[in-house]
Order: sequence, then structure tokens, then C-alpha cells
Amino acid sequence: MAEVTYLEALRQGLQEEMRRDERVFILGEDVGHYGGAFKVTDGFLAEFGEERVIDTPISEAAIVGAAAGAAHLGMRPVAEMQFIDFISCAYDMLTNYVATSRYRANLPCPIVVRGPAGGYVRGGPFHSQNPEAAFLHTPGLKIVCPATARDAKGLIKAAIRDDDPVLFFEHKYLYRRIKEQLPLPGDGDLVTPIGQARLAREGRDLSIITYSAMVWKALEAAERLEREDGLAVEVLDLRTLLPMDDAAITATVKKTSRVMVVHEDTRTGGVAGEITARINETAFEWLDAPVLRVTAADTPLPYAPALEDYVLPQTADIVTVARKLAAY
Amino acid sequence: MTARPVVAEDRAAAERQAAGGAPPPLGRERLLELYYYMRLTRSLEERLTNLYRQGKVIGGLFRSLGQEADSVGSAYALDRAAGDMLAPLIRNLGSLLVMGARPEEVLRQYMAKATGPTRGRELNVHFGDLGRGFVGQISHLGDMVPVMAGVALTFRMRRQGRVALVYVGDGATSTGAFHEGLSLAAARRLPLVVIVENNGWAYSTRLERQTAVRGLAVKAGAYGIPAAREDGNDVLAVFAVTRAAVERARAGGGPTLIELLTYRRKGHAEHDDQHYVPKEELARWEANDPLERYARLLTSRGWLAADELAAADARVTGELDRAVAATEGDPAPEPESALEGVWASPARQPAPWYREGGAARG
Repeated sequence: MAEVTYLEALRQGLQEEMRRDERVFILGEDVGHYGGAFKVTDGFLAEFGEERVIDTPISEAAIVGAAAGAAHLGMRPVAEMQFIDFISCAYDMLTNYVATSRYRANLPCPIVVRGPAGGYVRGGPFHSQNPEAAFLHTPGLKIVCPATARDAKGLIKAAIRDDDPVLFFEHKYLYRRIKEQLPLPGDGDLVTPIGQARLAREGRDLSIITYSAMVWKALEAAERLEREDGLAVEVLDLRTLLPMDDAAITATVKKTSRVMVVHEDTRTGGVAGEITARINETAFEWLDAPVLRVTAADTPLPYAPALEDYVLPQTADIVTVARKLAAY
Repeated sequence: MTARPVVAEDRAAAERQAAGGAPPPLGRERLLELYYYMRLTRSLEERLTNLYRQGKVIGGLFRSLGQEADSVGSAYALDRAAGDMLAPLIRNLGSLLVMGARPEEVLRQYMAKATGPTRGRELNVHFGDLGRGFVGQISHLGDMVPVMAGVALTFRMRRQGRVALVYVGDGATSTGAFHEGLSLAAARRLPLVVIVENNGWAYSTRLERQTAVRGLAVKAGAYGIPAAREDGNDVLAVFAVTRAAVERARAGGGPTLIELLTYRRKGHAEHDDQHYVPKEELARWEANDPLERYARLLTSRGWLAADELAAADARVTGELDRAVAATEGDPAPEPESALEGVWASPARQPAPWYREGGAARG
């Protein structure tokens, strides 16, 4: 075992898959000689060579399109978006070409598109986005959002092995802040199954359904609620958004009957709306209170600390909403 | 290869005046095969037009009348045995047929049959078969350029000596995907041939309103790759120019952009009456029909006899009679099959509860 960061875990996962399977290769902007803007692929060029670690032009549509073409022929490309904000430049390619390829033309398209998402880093409107809701609506894609170092590694490995296109949204705030004891590289095969949520904390009074960096804020809030209010709060880390683990959601609803959904993305049309609708349709009679949301406000993400902190969800917000939910 | 202008009408006139005696550029069998594929393309589309008028073609019908030489001649320049691949556009029925697509598949596809290559999910010539070397296109123009760059990248990574070819129209050269894909392919010198079919029209938009450049081959210069410009209605010229680009790519010379000058003689699709097209322009291109030109060339030079062409025509007629008879009565897909195959896993989507057990009720 060794203590590794979220970023190092991700790196190990990529490296192990590239060592395991020659079909895996990486393409993206500055991934080779520079080692990636966040150094996720640092050293990969030296180990795997220019044919498997490809520095591309600044062309997100071409990066994703070329990955798709290679995947059709049996390769396992991993495309990096330097910041996940730029995935919108490949939106057409992902939603129209990649997501439909199996359905419309029986074309396998096992690509991974990964990159740093999320705020709390003073990145401003174009280096802080959370694009999951834009893709949740697209049949044919899978979406994963790891919250832990273990899952960063386990999910990147699962994503590379998956036969469907997977969007892998890393949280840049977590890159170097989260550390965890993980088996040494090569010591076992750490794979997190796609489509399975994880109970991050058990509780009986109310449930927080969340994912990515918000898992940590939810856990912080849960501790405070236990300490100050005596509430036993359950935290469900979805890990995968598409396909969503409906069974895990239903189980926690039936267990606590009071549910809130927390995400960092903006509110309107966000993932929380979808989760709430699912609960409404399948477990309404189990609810003792309306499903509540904690999300970012509906604005582009501003730069100034005072503004960013105001817009993004904070632990205190989760506590406030949980108290309302518990008292309902 | 450098860009050189071709005035198609002049070329046709020269052919008409050409004396016999020149040696054929290809063997007799291959000359005849080119003719067969052009005839098959045209006749299959004529059958589809009949089926469209009978209401049996469910969606729109896209004709390549007058563009058969550009599709057939270019696809024929690929080495299928070597595993070369292409991605067609909506007016590349001829390319698909050359790669081995069967008229039955095209008919079933247009008639939305369960037996069709996409089981009723996609329309017209939007289907693919990796085994036969063609990748299913989507409607978003230009998108196949990056995709085929990825195919070419894979050929190179595997050191396979295979070549990828992708078609775009004049309109698609305005898209970002065209630019990004070509830029990437050029920067990495990938074995990719990009054919720009300049047929004068993007739906109802003329080339002059599409771009300020005169001639699309010049765009290659911006990517640092060679270009060629050729008469797209001369099947042998199309074959030759494409073959040269394919072999350059195979030898490691990187991408080539080929502009083929041709003309869209029907509307964008069958519903479009082309009221915006000048009649005299249509007449001029009708006189430059690629199939008639090729037949005239073959017989006037003595490369093939008229009865050999007639036999090919009869073969096409027979094949299409059988193909239509074999497919017209095929079943429509089962409604619930719509839920299959969105993902590899899960393999099937759940039906909404109000659809469980079949189609809409109440």
C-alpha cells in the first residue's frame, strides 16, 4: 500500500492500462512533451513513445473524431480535453457521431474522453465548468465522475475497458488535495465497475445523493449535522451518472425517506432535476418530504473569490438544507 | 501534383473528336467494371425514384445523377484487397457499390426494412460495414474527415500500409470539422485522401456564396499538402488522380486534397424542384453526362464494343429486377427493437412503463 493523490491514482490507472493493452493510446493537447497541463501524463511519452502519446493541434472535434475512427478499428483511445470546458468544442462529434455510432451503424466506439472539471480554483468561466448535464441527455454515452483516489484509478481502468464511449470528468480541486492508501501499482487490478454507486457514509435520518467533489462537502456537512443536530446522514456517491444506479438511489430513499441532491453544476436542467424526477416516479410513496437541491446558482462561474464562493455550493448550504429536510 | 484548372466541356469536346488507336489506360475487364458500377448507380437510383413515387421510400431520396463518375472512379482507385477504407457522402452511392454494398441493402435501407443494414435505424446510404471498408456517415457535414483521420492514424500505428479516403462536398469545406480533420491529418502526414466534390451547389447555395476562393483545391495550400483538380465527370481521369493520391498516401507522403469538378443535376433531394437552378446550366451539364461520355469514349476508341456495354446494362437491369423483388415485401422492424443496441452494455433500454407490452394504446 502507498498513499497516493487523486491525480497520481488516475495516472497510475492510465499507465497500467497502457502497459496491459497495446491498443490503448492517448491523444490531446500538450499531453506528450509537456506531460499534460496538470501533468497527468507526465513521463508517458518517454515510456510509450510518440505513437501512443500524441500531441495534437488545438482541435477538440478532430481529437474526438480521430479517437472515434481509431476505436472503430479496435483501438482504445483516451482523448484528453485540456480543461473539460473545451469539450463543448467537440459536442457535435460526441453527441451526433460518437454516441449514435453503435445504434445507427453497428460501429463500436470505445473511446474515453477525460479532463479536469470543476471549480473552487478561481479559474473563472472557462476553466471551471461541469459539463455533465449537457451529455446526460445523450443516449449512447456513459458519464463517470470519481470523487476518491481509489475511484479515479478504478474508474479510468473500467472506462478504458468499457465497450461504450465514456466521458470521464475529473475534479481538478481534488487532484492534489485528496490522498488515499492504495495498493502499489501492479499489486492487484483495481477496477471500479461503471454504473455502481457507493455508500460513502451510512445513515438513517436523511440521504444526500451526490458525486464528484461534492461528496467531500456532503461528508463534511454530515459530520457537522451529527455533531450539532444528532442526525445520522447517509451520503450516496453516484460515481457514474450514466447509466445511473437507480437501485442504489431507490434503496437510500426507502431507508431514510428524506432526500436531497447536491451538485456543483448549475441548477436549471441539472442532474438533480433528473434524479428528483426518477424518485418522484418510482418511490414517491416512500418520501416524507420533498426532494431538495443544493447546486450552483444559474450563472457562468465568476472569477473573484467572493463571487465564486457565493455561486458554488458550500458545506454550510448543505447543512442548512439538511436541517430543513430533517424538520419537514 | 499541382492544381490545374479543367474545363469539363472542352475535355468532352476533345474526346468526341478523338481518333481511335490510343491504348486503354486499364484492362478491358476493369474498363467494363467501371461502366457497370456507373450504370448500376444510375439505374438503382432510377428504381429508387419509382419506389419513392409509389410511397415505398419512407424518407427523402438523394440522387447522384451526373456525379456517378466521381464516386465510382475514386472508390475504384482504392485497393480493397489491401484493406483501404472510405467514408461516403450522401451522393456517393457509386462508391458504396464499388466497395461491395449490394443494391438489396440500399433498397432495404431506403424502404426502412427490418432486414436492412441498420434495421431501420438510419436512412438512405447512411450505413457502413468495416469488413467491406466503408464507414457509416452522419448528416453533419465535415465530421467524417476527423473520423477518417483516426482510421488513417490507426493504419499508420499498425504499419498496415492501408489508405483512408473521405468525401466532402463544396459546402462542407466551410465547416470546422473539415478544417480540424484535415489539419490534424496533414500535421501528422496520415494516409488520408480527401475528395472535395465540387458540384456547384450546397442545397440552394452556390459556391460563390459559400466561399470567396475560386476553386477549392487552393485550400490545400493552407494545410501544407498537395492538391489536384480534376474533371469529375471523366471517370478515367478521376480514377487516375485518385490512384496517384492513394499511392502517395500509401508510400508515406501524407494527405492529398482532390477537387473534382462536377454538377448536381437534381435538387438537394427529390422534394427539391431546383427552381433556383438556371435551365441553361442544367442543359450544359446534361450534355456532359459522365455515363454517356464514358460509353462514347469506350466505343469510339474501340476499347469495348457497344454490345458489351449493352450486356452490362442488361445485367444491371436483371440484378435490379431481382433486388427490388427480393426486398419490397420485407417486413418493417419490430417496434420494440428500437430499444436495442444504444449501448454495448446495457444492451437494451427499458421501455417507458406505458409502453410495456407493445405499441401505444388508448
